[in-house]
Amino acid sequence: MNSVIKGASYVLAHTPQMVVYNGTTQTTERVVNPESEYLKELESHLRSYEECVNYWPNQVYIGNAHPDELAEVEFPYYDKVKEGAERFGKYGEIMPENEFLLLVQTCDMFEVVKLDKEFVAATKEAFVSNPIITEAIAARVEEGVELSEIEHLVNEEHAEGLYIAGKLVGCVKRAHDIDVNLSAHVMHENMMSKATSVLALLYAVRNTGIDAGDIEYVIDCAEEACGDMNQRGGGNFAKAAAEVAGLMNATGSDSRGFCAGPSHALIEAAALVKSGAYKCVAVTAGGCTAKLGMNGKDHVKKGLPILEDCLAGFCVIIAENDGVSPEINLDILGRHTVGTGSAPQNVIGSLVADPLARVGLKITDIDKYSPEMQNPDITKPAGAGDVPLANYKMIAALAVKKGDLEKKDMPGFAAKHGLTGWAPTQGHIPSGVPYIGFAVEDIKAGKIKNAMIVGKGSLFLGRMTNLFDGVSFVIQANTGAEDNSGVSEEEVKGLIAKAMKDFAETLMAAE
Amino acid sequence: MAILDGKKVIIIGDRDGVPGPAIAECVKTAGGEVVFSSTECFV
Repeated sequence: MNSVIKGASYVLAHTPQMVVYNGTTQTTERVVNPESEYLKELESHLRSYEECVNYWPNQVYIGNAHPDELAEVEFPYYDKVKEGAERFGKYGEIMPENEFLLLVQTCDMFEVVKLDKEFVAATKEAFVSNPIITEAIAARVEEGVELSEIEHLVNEEHAEGLYIAGKLVGCVKRAHDIDVNLSAHVMHENMMSKATSVLALLYAVRNTGIDAGDIEYVIDCAEEACGDMNQRGGGNFAKAAAEVAGLMNATGSDSRGFCAGPSHALIEAAALVKSGAYKCVAVTAGGCTAKLGMNGKDHVKKGLPILEDCLAGFCVIIAENDGVSPEINLDILGRHTVGTGSAPQNVIGSLVADPLARVGLKITDIDKYSPEMQNPDITKPAGAGDVPLANYKMIAALAVKKGDLEKKDMPGFAAKHGLTGWAPTQGHIPSGVPYIGFAVEDIKAGKIKNAMIVGKGSLFLGRMTNLFDGVSFVIQANTGAEDNSGVSEEEVKGLIAKAMKDFAETLMAAE
Repeated sequence: MAILDGKKVIIIGDRDGVPGPAIAECVKTAGGEVVFSSTECFV
């Protein structure tokens, strides 16, 4: 019986100060060109929290609008306001930076996060009054330390500063004197990833209505690595986040594959549940500080706001077939293999056409494709084009080549089988998975019958191989809890009880 | 004579467009010499 998707969560943390201090575009510029015009202009291009909340793509990400509605909005999106925009959405929320720093502190198990006393006092009430913040997490908020101590740690002890509106309010300390893997920079990056993952896990439990104790396994599929000098990527973000989120019956592990990580992890989760190894698996990922403001230079040059100002997270819950929720069909898996090659037709062939052909389906038999769902508002001004649209054009071209689509229907393919991108450029975050929440609802509502999720990864960035990577899978309407042709434990007990009762009756009759 | 005969070629491919190795194969068949090939991820 196929595993099902119980639901998903999508969260954002608005972190404009981390754009300035932690995004690699900015930190690199500060090293190579400290007096640059870009750095001087940067802060005047940062969005306020309200502007970030009112931004159409962000509202779609947390579930307050459907991607189909975004497709109706005139491009570009950065100068439009989503009417009725809210902090909270059906999939998650957009957390302001001050509250997020408290969440980060509650996720800290090694006293590396220090916050200013006054800042904590001013922020704590708002943080703990958020309904998603559990009592256990609220109880972990520390009183804070004197600002002078934080200044000392930043100025003398290599700590990474934490800022609100340009003012120092805290820091992340190094966790070792000489080990670069535990430096303040790495600890900061990992703590932010962990905290956004925790937030995603909390919302996933809420959204699916399951008990936190039901989750038996967590897979973290972000792109960070935690460990020390003897095991640089030892892990385990998954279990670390599960601990804070209160998933007391869960163990877990990290799965990595660059941007394709989430798709790999979801296939693994579906297989784990289908095999019976675990009944309920959470696939989660936090955000990436390095990518904040990644395309900022082009945005500033063109007079746009810095649009990459949010850390993002997501979580998908995979469970045993409940007869209702959409299924992951493990018979239709696309995979870019070592031997596939890098020609675009080979790539799309291996991920889209080949797995469908193996089960006798055409490319047009899939109602919606969710490949790289980057928000074109971010990528187009930076010269990277409309990434989802580029993917749809390639899929449509292959469909024509295979005879699945008339050439004259190519222009309409993207509108019919595609989606307008809305996800922040946080690497693994936009890769296929942003549509899963909507796909579950659209399939349940009968709006579509299936969707293909396509994840791609740039393995060459790790300098271990020149290869590219990608995997895909299909989500489909529930086929009904099939008869597994076996007999359940309850049925066996019932049969034994009936046999004993019958035997007892024959004995009584014999007397 | 191929159109890139005697030319040295620098290739910057795009992960979501045409990757470097695919462009390199085309360049070689056109007689060009690939002196640098890289695929970039712009997202």
